[in-house]
Amino acid sequence: MKKRSSLVAWLFIIVGTSYFLLPLIATFLFSLRAKKDTLGFTAYQRVFADSSFYETFLFSALMALLTIIASLLLLVPTVYWAYLRHPRLHRLIELVSLMPFVIPPIVLVFGLIKSYSRPPVILVQSRGLLIAGYMVLTLPYMYRAIDAGLRATNVKTLTEAAQSLGAGWPRIIWQVIVPNVRGALVNGAFLTFATVLGELTLAQYLAWPAFGPYLARISQNKAYEPAALTIISFALTWVIFGIVLLVNSKDQQQTQFGGTH
Amino acid sequence: MAEQASERGRGAQWQHLDLRRINWSWLGTVPFFLFACAFLVLPSASLVIGSFQDNAGNFTLQNITDLGQPSIVNAYLLSVQVSGVTALLGTLVGGLLAWAMVLGRLPRFVRAFLIPFSGVASNFAGVPLAFAFIATLGRVGFVTVLLKNLGFDLYDKGFNLYSFWGLSATYLYFQIPLVVLILTPAFEALRPQWREAAESLGASGGYYWRSVALPILTPALLSTVVLLFGNAFGAYATAYALTGGSLNIVPIMIGAQIQGDILHNPNLGYALAFGMMVIMTLVLALYSWLQRRSARWLQ
Repeated sequence: MKKRSSLVAWLFIIVGTSYFLLPLIATFLFSLRAKKDTLGFTAYQRVFADSSFYETFLFSALMALLTIIASLLLLVPTVYWAYLRHPRLHRLIELVSLMPFVIPPIVLVFGLIKSYSRPPVILVQSRGLLIAGYMVLTLPYMYRAIDAGLRATNVKTLTEAAQSLGAGWPRIIWQVIVPNVRGALVNGAFLTFATVLGELTLAQYLAWPAFGPYLARISQNKAYEPAALTIISFALTWVIFGIVLLVNSKDQQQTQFGGTH
Repeated sequence: MAEQASERGRGAQWQHLDLRRINWSWLGTVPFFLFACAFLVLPSASLVIGSFQDNAGNFTLQNITDLGQPSIVNAYLLSVQVSGVTALLGTLVGGLLAWAMVLGRLPRFVRAFLIPFSGVASNFAGVPLAFAFIATLGRVGFVTVLLKNLGFDLYDKGFNLYSFWGLSATYLYFQIPLVVLILTPAFEALRPQWREAAESLGASGGYYWRSVALPILTPALLSTVVLLFGNAFGAYATAYALTGGSLNIVPIMIGAQIQGDILHNPNLGYALAFGMMVIMTLVLALYSWLQRRSARWLQ
């Protein structure tokens, strides 16, 4: 009985794993065939020699970084304040943070273009709108990370202790609260980074030279480079999640996953 | 605030209002709500309002009834089918994988590999994912050619990567790992004592699963199906990169509408987006209801 169930389990795992590994193996083999009749890394060399690879990658990385900074500046004080002083608003903030689930990226970008492409407020050509869109897109993950971090921390006691020692608000948030929820913040930050880096929908319709549209363009025009880029993207995702898992195993935090497809 | 204004009208009572006794602490959350209004509420509300207006800006229900035209109904049906099929298959396959991993008495490295891999794979989407499947199951893809050499021609048998089943197979690549991540804790919460109790009362393994384990897992399984449905329903990038817009699901149609008013009526485009929001709202409501139910058992 025990042996049999283990055999069936092995079967499931092997079939499941091959479904996941086959596309990666296929893509990798394909990426090696850029030169006729030989296997080699020519496709990778061509990708790394392409200046728009670096330009679009850096653009998206910068947008991801700005999104993370803006999100943290907006959300950490808000959620902290709600925990400390306004538990009733806490429910409302949570509800608002769930709203992006109801608005898929394609609908969000549609609404943003409709709202901000004519007077009184024209923002469609501003990077600010792209960043705001990314903040909305990643709001559920960022909120949940921060909320989980603060829930595990005794916000009231820490604040009172800091106040009784004479600390002001900026100092309480920056030197008392943030260090206590650092693991959660890193978690949310890397998830945001992974989401924004390859994001296609917002960048494409707001017409920015980002990494996602670059990948889409290359995959329509070239044969072997997109295979190399796919492998590079997959490796990058591993690196990002490797860091998240490392941070989490240190902090004993629960990891959360999610993103836009 | 409204209370304050009406108080001001009645001068006598105004004096009793002590400003210091009002709770001003909500002011600290103003930036957040301003942000949410500007970039979340306003864009979605403007789409909703737009779907109830004609070109001149007058109120109309015409756009909503126009959603009944065959091309739009077909797009919604196709979206629902892709989301439904990948949600059900994803939950089934992911559930079996999570079961095998948690209860299959496998060596520890299986889990140490599968959980991080699921985290990565559930986030591996969009253009790279689409291309990986083109390299695998496209016309000259690795598996297609391999099977052809073995005497089995997928494309002769009616398979096409750029159609319904091709898109579904691609979506499953991020759907299944998500299920593994969600259901692993659910399987872990099944206490061995429950099984022992059932067995000591003479229940067979099958009877235990039918009458004890599955009823406990049902809310978790259902909420997973609903979550996956929403996950696939809103997906745009993967479908766009895979089919380039040839497969008419709702997100692709909205994308084409943004680019070039393919419906020849901007307001009908807003209604199309409004329909998506309605479906996603239903999905979220159902999901949170099921979550509350499953939380009872799986603590």
